[in-house]
Amino acid sequence: MRPVSGSRARLPRGEGPGAWLAAGSVALSLLALLALLSLLAVRGLGHFWPAPVALVVLEDGRQLAGERVREVPLPEGTGRERLYRTGNRDLDGARWAWVPVSAITAVSHPRDLVVLERRRWGEAIGRLTALESVTGERLEGEAAWAALEGRLVELAALRRARDTLRDEVILPRVRALEAGGDVDRELAIANARLRELQAAMEGGRLILATADGGQLTVPLEEVLRARRPNAMSPPDKLATWGEGVWRFLSEGPRAANTAGGVWPAIFGTVLMVMLMSVLVTPFGVLAAIYLNEVAHQGRLTRLVRIAVRNLAGVPSIVYGVFGLGVFVYGIGGTLDEWFFDATLPSPTFGTGGLLWASLTLALLTLPVVIVATEEGLARIPDQQREGALALGATRLEMLTRVVLPMATPAMLTGVILAVARAAGEVAPLMLVGVAKLAPQVPVDGDFPFLHLDRKFMHLGYHIFDAAFHGGDVQSAMPLVYATALLLVLVILVLNLTAIFLRHHLSTRHGALTRR
Amino acid sequence: MPFAQDLRPSPDPAAVIDFSPEASSLAIRGLTLAYGDKPALRDLTLRIPRHRVTAFIGPSGCGKSTLLRVLNRLHDLNDEVERTGEVYLEGEEIHGPGVAVAELRRRVGMVFQAPNPFPMSIHDNVAFGLRLQGGLSKRKRDDIIEWALRSAALWDEVKDRLRASAWSLSGGQQQRLVIARTLAVGPEVLLLDEPASALDPISTLKIEELIRNLKSHLTLVLVTHNMQQAARVSDYTAFLQDGELVEYGPTDTLFTNPRLRRTENYITGRMA
Repeated sequence: MRPVSGSRARLPRGEGPGAWLAAGSVALSLLALLALLSLLAVRGLGHFWPAPVALVVLEDGRQLAGERVREVPLPEGTGRERLYRTGNRDLDGARWAWVPVSAITAVSHPRDLVVLERRRWGEAIGRLTALESVTGERLEGEAAWAALEGRLVELAALRRARDTLRDEVILPRVRALEAGGDVDRELAIANARLRELQAAMEGGRLILATADGGQLTVPLEEVLRARRPNAMSPPDKLATWGEGVWRFLSEGPRAANTAGGVWPAIFGTVLMVMLMSVLVTPFGVLAAIYLNEVAHQGRLTRLVRIAVRNLAGVPSIVYGVFGLGVFVYGIGGTLDEWFFDATLPSPTFGTGGLLWASLTLALLTLPVVIVATEEGLARIPDQQREGALALGATRLEMLTRVVLPMATPAMLTGVILAVARAAGEVAPLMLVGVAKLAPQVPVDGDFPFLHLDRKFMHLGYHIFDAAFHGGDVQSAMPLVYATALLLVLVILVLNLTAIFLRHHLSTRHGALTRR
Repeated sequence: MPFAQDLRPSPDPAAVIDFSPEASSLAIRGLTLAYGDKPALRDLTLRIPRHRVTAFIGPSGCGKSTLLRVLNRLHDLNDEVERTGEVYLEGEEIHGPGVAVAELRRRVGMVFQAPNPFPMSIHDNVAFGLRLQGGLSKRKRDDIIEWALRSAALWDEVKDRLRASAWSLSGGQQQRLVIARTLAVGPEVLLLDEPASALDPISTLKIEELIRNLKSHLTLVLVTHNMQQAARVSDYTAFLQDGELVEYGPTDTLFTNPRLRRTENYITGRMA
């Protein structure tokens, strides 16, 4: 009963152009995939590696310090030009420097060059001259560096405490206050604590001597991290790299999405896809059952089937427009009028949000689920149905006890295809609820815990936004690559989960494929 | 043979034996059936004796499988079917308004040409019909399952692997499993639609032996293409052609001394 693998007639290998052509196509596809993934991996993950910082001396005596980014030939063979990332945007407004190679007289990598990651203005590069504490103490040289590292750890702890206080104590109470609760006293206590923390972070600054002879004074609370890449050993660099990747995955974005992490976007993408699956599966399966098992197989049913298949070809932005018009303005607007008129005119459900985005994508992927499930149902031999009926099963019992279990792998195939399509879809989301910045994920400890009305971040939209809408595209590009790689990985994980589920179910039910 | 005295010459042209109502399990009267405008059965009238094996033979497309499917109303599934005439099970019209189809199908079980066990364990296959009825303790259910598997001569082969997938059984075992599954719900009539045509000779012999054993408490109706099989297992044989009942009589008589030339031609293989 089982087809013996390998018994199929095959094209003779190495004979004739057909086999070569086919093998060539496979190789080409694989190469393209490999090239895509390696580009994303190298450009994206390489960004987190602490690159050496060069001190460059030019012909005219000027000096600059920065990470070498790339080198390109000048037009008409007039030599080459190098791009350095010099940071210090607050000093001269530029963050990048193009230098003709011919103008460079010396390049060195002094061990005491410091790279600061700051909350604003991007990186700062220079030599640490002094560290001044809030009481006016002044440390210089190596002592300043040692003290800086210690102080940064303290600051990070304070910052975490502040964020926790804000997210878990103050924000919920502010919302409770808006809803008319009596939490003034608690809120006052929390606010006082917040001010204490804020005060503890303030004061203290460091003075940086830049390569071009300038001086940069940076308040310590602005500094997130400091490192001396030229003095780092490879294990140190690896640790810094790992930390950087972890922060990228676990933190929210900074600096208009051109820096920081993508955690809210990962969370939003996964949550939206899961909601979409939960919404699309029952509808798709029921529709397929109706079309295949219940409806009279006449001309009308055939017409509906063709229409469903054609729905799969409608451009996704069209679904976005539909979602905006029907879900957001239509249903959402009505819901607001009925249940949230207290807060009008500011909309609750009458604006894009998680629920509407999931529903729109569910609609978009509905044809995929219907078609896959229908194919699975059609593959089940009529004898199985008749066998169940002949034992005294009603049609409903036949469906639920024999037909549906046998069609489960096909349904899950449909869901897998739906997930693959939905996770990568960006265009409709821009109309129905994705946000440029929504650092609060839509799940928290507040009732009702899952906030379907909130806007959310999405990896696909994050890529689009960082690549085209940031002020500083050059510095956002590595994050764009990293985010793209992450999106591919997220889709892979979602698909693998569904495939694992399908395999698990098909071994339990003894799927048709085993015949 | 308790039925022998009931055999009477039947009206020409069809030699139809007419059992007394008390001795017959099923009675078909004036049954005509068409798929859309394609006629499949024409004015069939016959009685099927209780606790005997009755075989329907005839060329492909003669309507014998259709007739079988009418007996437990599987033709209901097809909206195009138009039927007139009556079918009585123990004196009750099976198409009557008070008849629950599910209940009827439990009383009239059916085994199909290709084995169709469900994709579940052996145990769950046999338990399927019992679970539909519900109201049985697990212990009672297990007893019935064992009894059904023994009745289908499968118990000794599967008793140590009841939890294994039914699809791991051989074709012959699967067919006996399907019979056990049908027996478990306690039918009065068992319809067999070419039950051995997809099986090897040894499995076929097992099925035939099983059929002979089952008639002690069941009425069996067998559709077969295989003349030898009909001769080996059935007590009565009906020959159908083009949707009409041509000849019906005790198997021995029909095969050795057919009344009609058409029947003789068919069973001797001289039919065009």
